[in-house]
Amino acid sequence: MDISQVLFYALSAMALGSAIMVVISRNPVHSVLWLIITFFAISGHYILMNAQFLGIVNLIVYAGAIMVLFLFVIMLMNLNAETEPQKNKWLKLAGVVAGGCLLLVLVAALKQAEVKGKVAMLETGDIGLIRNLGKALFTDFVVPFEISSILFLSAMVGAVVIGKK
Amino acid sequence: MHSALLAIDLFLVIEKLVLIVGIVSISLVIAMYETYAERKVAAFIQDRRGPNRAGPFGILQPLADGLKLFMKEEIIPNTSNRFLFILGPCLAMLAAMMTSAVIPWGGTLNVFGREVNLQIADINIGILYVFGVVSMGVYGIMIGGWASNNKFSLMAALRGASQVISYELPMGLSLIALLMLTGSLKMSEIVGQQIDSWYNVLYQPLGFFIFLVCAFAECNRTPFDLPEAENELNFGYHQEYSSMKLGFYLFAEYINMFISSVVMATLFWGGYDIPFVNDASLTGMGNWLVLLQGLSLFIKVAIFIFVFMWVRWTIPRFRYDQLMNLGWKALIPLSLVNMIVTAAIVLLKTNGWKF
Repeated sequence: MDISQVLFYALSAMALGSAIMVVISRNPVHSVLWLIITFFAISGHYILMNAQFLGIVNLIVYAGAIMVLFLFVIMLMNLNAETEPQKNKWLKLAGVVAGGCLLLVLVAALKQAEVKGKVAMLETGDIGLIRNLGKALFTDFVVPFEISSILFLSAMVGAVVIGKK
Repeated sequence: MHSALLAIDLFLVIEKLVLIVGIVSISLVIAMYETYAERKVAAFIQDRRGPNRAGPFGILQPLADGLKLFMKEEIIPNTSNRFLFILGPCLAMLAAMMTSAVIPWGGTLNVFGREVNLQIADINIGILYVFGVVSMGVYGIMIGGWASNNKFSLMAALRGASQVISYELPMGLSLIALLMLTGSLKMSEIVGQQIDSWYNVLYQPLGFFIFLVCAFAECNRTPFDLPEAENELNFGYHQEYSSMKLGFYLFAEYINMFISSVVMATLFWGGYDIPFVNDASLTGMGNWLVLLQGLSLFIKVAIFIFVFMWVRWTIPRFRYDQLMNLGWKALIPLSLVNMIVTAAIVLLKTNGWKF
């Protein structure tokens, strides 16, 4: 076990543990803070795979901007443990059954897929570096790239229209 | 397993550790004396004397202030969220200190036959790292303001967060124009290009101006210190804080000011390059040249810090809607125009000035 493997297991444990805490925290603000820690762990994974650009952009966009807006909304809504409405037990039961079904499907799908023998490439490959990523995006994948930028533009226009109301 | 873990270059670890401790303590000392300089500059502008009791010219004043903050009673409000209340100032401090890791503070020192690069981490996404850490800084304000369980603190925290997010956009757009010219995100390479030719501020004067205004807003400095507007929000997001936890928030602001001055000097004003001197002709001086270059960076930084203070004691505070209008309706279109013009010129230049 070398140092990158130690880091990999530590980051994985951190990501899974904080993701579970997102779900089971009673306080929504704590959930958001755990989610931020999850994003940090995932960025750590990106950096382990030598994709520094993806790692830092994940931090800037998700942890730095989107989660701030989440926190914004939740703090203003004043959701405390006391004011949180108790769901009735049939709803809870239905939630458990639905979640169990999803788990079953995921396990079945992953069992079929050819991922068991594969190991993530650590510290190798340089497609994640900004120069190579930019070249790939603007030559080989330029059409999907432009289409997704149009999608973002339309989302932005929609947000402005809703904000004007 | 153990052999692989121990295979790390021990000297490299020691070298980086010394560098980190050195840079952290330098930033702390500079932040300490920024508080003193701020009072002296304010006094000079307002025709007063400023602090002059503790030591000659009052230079022991920061120590006295620190002692006072440490000796005060520490109060944690009963209804606050205790853990997050303590986490807030820690995060503010951490985010302020972490940015210095990618700044090139000078060239390569030669210590006992070993080349020591005066930069903690020369990663190829340098500027983006600075950006990422800066965007983390808002959590210190938000968590502290929310955990205080006080409406004024919460309002101030929300103001702070929306202000930082709004001004990050024009800052990023002005940086894009700069990056089109440099073609690299590496801080050391950006400085290297400026040493070889002109400073970036000559190519990007508008970009630098936008960056400067956004830096004021990101550091919550006057004229954009709405999160701590005491006439509207009592004291701002740190109203419930006392003792050294309050000190951490105030201190983080001064460290942010120092770091953003360093980033501006590095990106736009040549970093550790000595102005009006051809550094390449002085390589015979060895380590002394490296130290001189570091000194020249610190002189540039000191000038920027003075500008920060000068503006604070000259320009009154904006109203909140004025702040948002300036950010979204003036700075973003301006930086977009700057970006498009730069892109067109770069494109023409790479095509050999043919249309």
